[in-house]
Amino acid sequence: MKSLGSFRRKFAPWNDPEAKPYISFENVTKKFGDFTAVDDLSLTIYNREFFALLGASGCGKSTLLRMLAGFEEPTAGRILLDGQDLRGIPPYKRPVNMMFQSYALFPHMTVEGNIAFGLKQDGMPANEIAARVAEMLKLVKLEQFAKRKPHQLSGGQRQRVALARCVAKRPKVLLLDEPLGALDKKLREETQFELMDLQMKLGLTFVVVTHDQEEAMTMADRIAVMDKGKVKQVATPAEVYEAPNSKFVADFIGNVNMFEGTVSTVVPGKVDIDIPADKITIRTDATRECSSGQTVGFAIRPEKIRLSRKEPANTSVNAARGELYDIAYFGDMTVFHVRLESGRIIKAASLNAVRTVEDPLGYDDMVWVNFDTDAGILLTA
Amino acid sequence: MNTTWSRFNIVSLVIGFAFLYLPIVLLVVFSFNESRLVTVWAGFSTKWYVSLFNNKSFIDAAWVTIRVGLISATCATILGTLGALALTRYTRFRGRMLFSAMIYAPLVMPEVITGLSLLLLFVAIGFDRGIWTVTLAHITFTMCFVAVVVQSRLVTFDRSLEEAAMDLGATPVTTFFKVTLPVILPAVVSGWMLAFTLSLDDLVISSFTSGPGATTLPMRIYSQVRLGVTPEINAACTILIAIVAVGVVIASIANKRREVQKARDEQAAARH
Repeated sequence: MKSLGSFRRKFAPWNDPEAKPYISFENVTKKFGDFTAVDDLSLTIYNREFFALLGASGCGKSTLLRMLAGFEEPTAGRILLDGQDLRGIPPYKRPVNMMFQSYALFPHMTVEGNIAFGLKQDGMPANEIAARVAEMLKLVKLEQFAKRKPHQLSGGQRQRVALARCVAKRPKVLLLDEPLGALDKKLREETQFELMDLQMKLGLTFVVVTHDQEEAMTMADRIAVMDKGKVKQVATPAEVYEAPNSKFVADFIGNVNMFEGTVSTVVPGKVDIDIPADKITIRTDATRECSSGQTVGFAIRPEKIRLSRKEPANTSVNAARGELYDIAYFGDMTVFHVRLESGRIIKAASLNAVRTVEDPLGYDDMVWVNFDTDAGILLTA
Repeated sequence: MNTTWSRFNIVSLVIGFAFLYLPIVLLVVFSFNESRLVTVWAGFSTKWYVSLFNNKSFIDAAWVTIRVGLISATCATILGTLGALALTRYTRFRGRMLFSAMIYAPLVMPEVITGLSLLLLFVAIGFDRGIWTVTLAHITFTMCFVAVVVQSRLVTFDRSLEEAAMDLGATPVTTFFKVTLPVILPAVVSGWMLAFTLSLDDLVISSFTSGPGATTLPMRIYSQVRLGVTPEINAACTILIAIVAVGVVIASIANKRREVQKARDEQAAARH
């Protein structure tokens, strides 16, 4: 049995019709004056899920998070958390905690003071606070920095203090606004895995806002791709990448070669698309309903395209000839830009699985590109 | 950077500082004059300081000034801070521009007008003039200075600090006292000090609004000078200058130290 992506998931409550959503947005709209930040949006998030809201800046993802935290009230619609309507509940009474993009550490308090702040507001006895703070410091490996002030810490350490501070209260849901945005690349990669471990260990529901798709793909169980206040697709990283539901999502996530053409023939299980501009015909699996004469899109990821000097067996479909125009070598992989006769550039990527290659491809070589019928995605939206 | 001193620069500097400080230096020097005549040097003496401290009317006026200064600066700081908060936080209410302008207007209003209008108000409502009317008048004109100082700090204040506090369970009131106030405290303190200094040396508004038994030090000095300048006044002024100078020096040293320490900490943190 074939399935999308490279691994199997044990945790998938969204496929279980019995599972009850933990957080639900029901037809939520948020307007700021004339500007609609969130537009009639519905979304469900499950308990213990690591959920990512992904989108470009201004797509409404942060507004969504702020509505969950209680800093903004929806203009219309409602938000439920564990069955409770959150309308009218001020931020300081909501069982959610947020980690801010700027970390928002209190500059006049020590690391300990910052972590203890939320616990003090709950009126927890002093000895329990001390124990919890010690536990949190250990969790984020900052024991020896307890007495420092935020400005005496490095960026990565501040990020961990911010994390410890919002985890300390054991919230039902942890909201993270661009949690790794201020860290450098190496640290970001490490921290991604730390966050995932932490989420597993604590068994919390995480909702993370990010504009970084790699971050979302790495960490999240499911991703909501957002644009202009609407959710375009909610799915696992593999589904979002391998089976995007629209041209927007296909284009937004990862690299893609996008074609537009007309359906010429529909044979059982397969669809032929004519791309007159590039004089090629694409044959692909009929993953979506479409009829002859319909204008459709076709998206194919660079790594799903094969490159060869030899002419493929069948050149009538899914094949084209062109010259190697640009080569981008990344070490782990190489991306080739092939220019077809029509002038169109096709990106094809190949993994550098071995160190040495006999007779490698070079600039200006004439090559064939071809791909299988299940390599690309038929898009009708 | 050019580190050599040209003759022109040195001369400019000397003229500039002489212009600023020569009168003050003269005043200080003559406060130690033996002679009763202000302009004739007759040897060193501290007798005018002794006689100043034995002059009950001066000491009384000093106490009035300090009391008025402390109370009015404190009230003005509270009111000015609240005003600044409202103006920076609620950026979209109707007539915000008008309110903004109205808080700045008293800064440029001639003191005579402020003093006169306050006097008319106190007379109209039948408020007996005395130490309380002076205090009220000082609160009125110093609170806008506080508002301006605090407002300039609040503009750069990171609102997410307050949101974080509320997110962690702090009510808006707790948030203000535990997070907002401690962070803007330096600005509030400098606002207070500014208000106190303004109150300390105000003459015009005090003259309009004070009544019997509420003579402030500047008023006492002014009325004394009309009868002729005595070295006693020089001594009083020297003490005032000393207090202000010491205050300013301590504040700037503390500020500098804090900045240096912070820069050092940040460098140390970046090395981890």
